[in-house]
Amino acid sequence: MNALETKAMTPQRTGGKKTLAISGLNFYYGNFQGLKNINMDIHDKKVTAFIGPSGCGKSTLLRTFNRMYDLYPGQRAEGSILYHGRNILDPSQDVNMLRAKVGMVFQKPTPFPMSVYDNIAFGVRLYENLAKGEMDERVEWALNKAALWGEVKDQLHKSGLSLSGGQQQRLCIARGVAVKPDVLLLDEPTSALDPISTAKIEELISELKGDYTIAIVTHNMQQAARCSDYTAYMYLGELVEFGETDQIFMTPAKKDTQDYITGRFG
Amino acid sequence: MSQGVEQTEGGVFSKSLIATMRKQRLQDFVFHKVTGVFALTVLIVLLGIIASLIIGAWPAFKEFGLPFITNVEWDPVNDQYGAAIAIVGTLATSFIALLIAFPISFGIALFLTEICPAWLRRPLGTAVELLAGVPSIIYGMWGLFIFAPLFSDYIQPALSSTLGQLPVIGQLFRGPHMGIGILAAGIILAVMIIPFIASVMRDVFEIVPPVLKESAYGLGCTKWEVVRKIVLPYTRIGVVGGVMLGLGRALGETMAITFVIGNANKLSWSLFAAGNSIASTLANEFAEADTTLHVSSLFALGLILFVITFIVLSAAKLMLIGMARKEGAK
Amino acid sequence: MSTDAHVSQPRAMNPVYRKRLFIHRLGIALSFLAMVLGLFFLMWILFTLVAKGLGAISYAIFTQTTPAPGSDGGGLMNAIVGSLLMVGAAVFISTPVGIFAGIYLAEYGEVSMFAKVTRFVTDIMLSAPSIVIGLFVYAIYVARVQHFSGWAGSFAISLIAIPVVVRTTDNMLNLVPASLREAAFALGAPRWKVATFVRLRAVKAGVITGVLLAVARISGETAPLLFTALNNQFYSANMNAPMANLPVVIYQFAMSPYDNWRALAWGGALLITFSVLVLNILSRTLFAQKVNQ
Repeated sequence: MNALETKAMTPQRTGGKKTLAISGLNFYYGNFQGLKNINMDIHDKKVTAFIGPSGCGKSTLLRTFNRMYDLYPGQRAEGSILYHGRNILDPSQDVNMLRAKVGMVFQKPTPFPMSVYDNIAFGVRLYENLAKGEMDERVEWALNKAALWGEVKDQLHKSGLSLSGGQQQRLCIARGVAVKPDVLLLDEPTSALDPISTAKIEELISELKGDYTIAIVTHNMQQAARCSDYTAYMYLGELVEFGETDQIFMTPAKKDTQDYITGRFG
Repeated sequence: MSQGVEQTEGGVFSKSLIATMRKQRLQDFVFHKVTGVFALTVLIVLLGIIASLIIGAWPAFKEFGLPFITNVEWDPVNDQYGAAIAIVGTLATSFIALLIAFPISFGIALFLTEICPAWLRRPLGTAVELLAGVPSIIYGMWGLFIFAPLFSDYIQPALSSTLGQLPVIGQLFRGPHMGIGILAAGIILAVMIIPFIASVMRDVFEIVPPVLKESAYGLGCTKWEVVRKIVLPYTRIGVVGGVMLGLGRALGETMAITFVIGNANKLSWSLFAAGNSIASTLANEFAEADTTLHVSSLFALGLILFVITFIVLSAAKLMLIGMARKEGAK
Repeated sequence: MSTDAHVSQPRAMNPVYRKRLFIHRLGIALSFLAMVLGLFFLMWILFTLVAKGLGAISYAIFTQTTPAPGSDGGGLMNAIVGSLLMVGAAVFISTPVGIFAGIYLAEYGEVSMFAKVTRFVTDIMLSAPSIVIGLFVYAIYVARVQHFSGWAGSFAISLIAIPVVVRTTDNMLNLVPASLREAAFALGAPRWKVATFVRLRAVKAGVITGVLLAVARISGETAPLLFTALNNQFYSANMNAPMANLPVVIYQFAMSPYDNWRALAWGGALLITFSVLVLNILSRTLFAQKVNQ
């Protein structure tokens, strides 16, 4: 076992602040185990990408970060995910409080059946009492962050559903940043979009990481290579390798990782 | 423990956030309870119906006991009551209705799902559903003024000269050709429930996965063979459920039958005779019943009807749920 | 028999296939016949309704009250007003009850045994005999207060409308994709906001459809009104007294020996059927819009 492999086998705890520290995470769909003993960190203000073939557990892992699985009886997680010193998997953790700080954007654009303005304001109104003027500013700010302001500024009162697919997804991103979370979880955010919208969103991700910690699940390895600082390769519910993106893609420590990246497998 | 995660300034979960969370938890709790209470009203109504029927029927059952159900007398003048006439009338008209409606609804549902050309499917389907919404009193009026005269002038003579001459079943088709009666009521009821059963069956047929049918076509089966060998076996339970749902509706129907059943409190072997169903007895006599026993016997009839319908509809529902589960399992 | 001859025979000549084809054609024909027969009867009924009822529709039918036995002319004004009042009151009661109950079933229906039982019972009540509902309301209300009333009638028909609204609301809410609900939860929204501001709003048109269908259903119901609202020969807007209504008036007039009464009965029947069909068509077009959006 060479030095590189040894390094890969131990959980990566490199320098820098960690927003989420995952230890011994196991996840079950009923009797089926979807995640096996995951140990890793999500670094502050960096983009962490999760790659791997279909069914490897990357979306499952992402959805533990905001306890989304709570909605479904029969799904449960064991282990610990520390966020600011508290284990968010603990039943005493209020999930709404958590989700106010850990936001999520889904694969399929999901605009609410309301105007563009209300889509953004909905999330903000949950936790903040803003006067009309302040709310207007926040909406503009969020739409700017999502590079959508120019396209919709005259149509704020049109239904969110009237936007194109790429615009809808950027609306969802705007909605997510409007509440000023700590962490943004992106679950295959561009797989339902055309290449031009995809490119715009990837640009967005690079800009957003200055202010938010981002975790992104992607099918598209090139996207992971382009956008992320850290990459985790998963297979069959296990974390095979985790490290800085450059290192994973250029000098992966494990043969399995290399096989996947070079397309020999998956 | 490895390098831990640090607390940000001011704490991540601020006081105002916590206060909002507490308020939300309370709101969610209230929401759960309030909507739950409204859902409870449906159950309460059901229990209330059963309770009030039992209470209302109690004097009659106390007086006549269980033989009330099989007693053939219904005599308001002498205050003697028995449910047999009404029960027989209800069951007879419903069964006649189903006998006629089932093949026709079945054919319609089959036509709509398998045979109909695509461009015709939506308009015809909509037409069937709209017709299912026509109020039952219309059928009653049509039955009395249009159908009954034709029935007595043409159909009844034809029936009595053919089927009426046969040994055993001939009894069913004897008697004067009045145009109204059990058979007439059954036919009107059949016409009324055809659109209803047809739509339920159409929904059931649509559950069959296209892939299954396509593999049969791929083997060279004719359309009819696909229906007989793939669609029917697959939907067997659902079809029975649909029929029972129609039966449940037919049993409780009042207005379509009351116009033509003849309102006679007599029992007879002939289908041409006038009779009474539970619903038509209630409709005709309740407003004017004055003795306690009369009113209570009417409540008893209502109770019997409700119980029969409830059982039939529950069985139907269970079968249809079983059918839907099969769709989910595929 | 040489194999060549077998292969070159046109398929239609093959006796096995011929029989199958015949059965197929027979089956199709029977099915088509059933369709034609069913539609024939139903078209006949509608045609009769229009033919007999149209003659009675006039200005008078909307402005004059029901005529006394034996007297000429008259209209259905009091019956129309009475029906509108009672259906209106029933909608007022059944819409909130039905929608809230439907929300409960959709939100908690997977996990709660109570919700599952309620859903089952609601479906049974959808097809329950409406005359028994009339008996129930009579027993708990009319018998107690010793008089018939418009309120009793409204209450009876609202009991018929509630299961319709509950069922439609429940079905509509369950059509909302899980990803939309998850997106709302992901923002930290509390359950009640997800259920109302997001989920209910997404199917607003469908829920309104449910209410319209319930209205169509109760407009034509006669049996539950027979011992609750009874009838009233004169015009009255007093809901606390017996109230005239179209279905009971039609029932009474149709079976009578008077010509003008019978004509009015057909006219009333046409009015009710027309309204029911319009409501049904309206709700269909409304729902179609929702899908396009």
